[in-house]
Amino acid sequence: MAIQRAPLGERDELLRMSHVEKTFRGDVVALKNMNLVVNQGDFISLLGPSGCGKSTALRLIAGLMRPTSGQINWQGGQGEGDLGVVFQEPTLMPWASVKHNVWLPYRMRGKSYSSVKDEVLHALKLVGLEKFQNAYPRELSGGMKMRVSIARAMVTKPRLILMDEPFAALDEITRHKLNNDLLALRERIGCTVIFVTHSVFESVFLSDRIVVMAARPGRVIRELDVTAPYPRDEAFRTSPEYAEHARLASDALHQAIEVAA
Amino acid sequence: MTQVDTTPILDAEEEAHAKREKLIKLARWTLPSLVLFLTLASWQAYVTIAEVPHYVLPSPLLIAETLVKDWEILWPALIVTGRLTLIALILAVIGGVGLAVAFTQSKWIEMSLFPYAVVLQVTPVVAIAPLLQIYVDSAFVAALLCAWIVAFFPILSNTTIGLKSADHNLQDLFTIYGATGWQRLRYLTAPSALPFFLGGLKIAGGLALIGAVVAEFVIGRAGTGLGLASTLLEASYRFNFGRLYAALILISVMGVVVFALMSLISHLCLFRWHESALKRE
Ligand SMILES: Nc1ncnc2c1ncn2[C@@H]1O[C@H](COP(=O)(O)OP(=O)(O)O)[C@@H](O)[C@H]1O
Ligand SMILES: [Mg+2]
Repeated sequence: MAIQRAPLGERDELLRMSHVEKTFRGDVVALKNMNLVVNQGDFISLLGPSGCGKSTALRLIAGLMRPTSGQINWQGGQGEGDLGVVFQEPTLMPWASVKHNVWLPYRMRGKSYSSVKDEVLHALKLVGLEKFQNAYPRELSGGMKMRVSIARAMVTKPRLILMDEPFAALDEITRHKLNNDLLALRERIGCTVIFVTHSVFESVFLSDRIVVMAARPGRVIRELDVTAPYPRDEAFRTSPEYAEHARLASDALHQAIEVAA
Repeated sequence: MTQVDTTPILDAEEEAHAKREKLIKLARWTLPSLVLFLTLASWQAYVTIAEVPHYVLPSPLLIAETLVKDWEILWPALIVTGRLTLIALILAVIGGVGLAVAFTQSKWIEMSLFPYAVVLQVTPVVAIAPLLQIYVDSAFVAALLCAWIVAFFPILSNTTIGLKSADHNLQDLFTIYGATGWQRLRYLTAPSALPFFLGGLKIAGGLALIGAVVAEFVIGRAGTGLGLASTLLEASYRFNFGRLYAALILISVMGVVVFALMSLISHLCLFRWHESALKRE
């Protein structure tokens, strides 16, 4: 059962960053005049060299810190359980079993495990790990841990999922597999994602919009639409369309590195 | 999912390896036992042949005999020392963990009190004990305080570090999910601190026993009742070296039991998830 998504350009707005600036310790300008509109159903990649403020942008959206100036507005205000987050490390609690890790967002809202068991197991099933619900994180491979982390981020069906280079530490094969599965998952549950990466190929494969950022000061220098339709599969990786988008994104990235240098 | 083949492949090399493992396992018990036996045997032989008087060095057989003969005195003494050790350890856990939580909740409390915890720790307890005896009315409380002072510091310092060692990303995640202070302590900081706390507990168990022995020596039977250490001391006054050695052995055995108990508790708490309890193939 695939989710119906409005075409790019006809989607309702979810979140807007306007003229956002973030300065650390008075002089490190991590973000300068960042503007970004996130629409419902978007899969946005933030692509840029390291140090260009990608993580800072995510942390601002997550509300982990306040912008020095500018605004971040949620359409209809931000409510409980609107956010799911996946970090570069799986960030699981080693003392808790897989299912109890996925239970965490509900638990923080005071829900007992038995009352949300179905949701937890469904999320684990979506990432292909329902057989491992009672395992402990140390028994899992890196890729499997990351799947648990993804299950935890989506179990409450948040309006927005933030992913900060989630697959950067994985080997290429696992990474391709997780990219495919992430897209399949999105077709099932229709989530909105902001995905931070410094890989051109990953950003082209996954997203419908690529936001290219430059460093010093961190800012958006280019936005590219990837018009290729979903679902995308392995065949897409070798298509001319993919190569063309990768070339455009790669050019933009090089431009980003040049303007910063 | 990938299939894991679990049938053992036993070729010659593996068989040799398995044999070696078996041998090592056997040696782990037999070697120390052998050393013990040889030591006792030569000790016995030396005492018998050189006709060493029993008030200089009692023979192992005499000690064993005394252990049985004086059991009616030694067993109650063991209970007394054991009780003092256990109560001191429990109070050390309560005090150490309580203070550690207070330290992590407020920097001000930590700044005000931590130096004094260190001072208490570095001042030799043998030097403090006589003072305690003077200022604290109840000799039992004085003895308890004495053992407590020695035991609580490793728990305090380990737990404090543990409570601060929670993963930063998990901290952020808890913030994003709107965790309350209590939820954060209960589900994140406390479990992160657990392995550290248990490490402190292992040290504190041994120290509580040392503290109890020092208390018995310095404060004496007035406060603690006749414990193993006071029994040992009295036996030495009377040149009853058989009993002295018997009491000494029981103190060592108690130390080993306390350590084994703390290790067991630690294992039970950690074996499911912690890296330290992981057996690598
Ligand atoms: N907490 C912080 N304090 C000071 N400087 C920071 C902090 N976080 C990030 N920065 C600085 O802000 C800039 C952007 O960092 P970041 O958002 O992590 O970049 P990216 O994720 O794109 O690699 C960097 O120059 C970094 O050193
Ligand atoms: Mg980053």
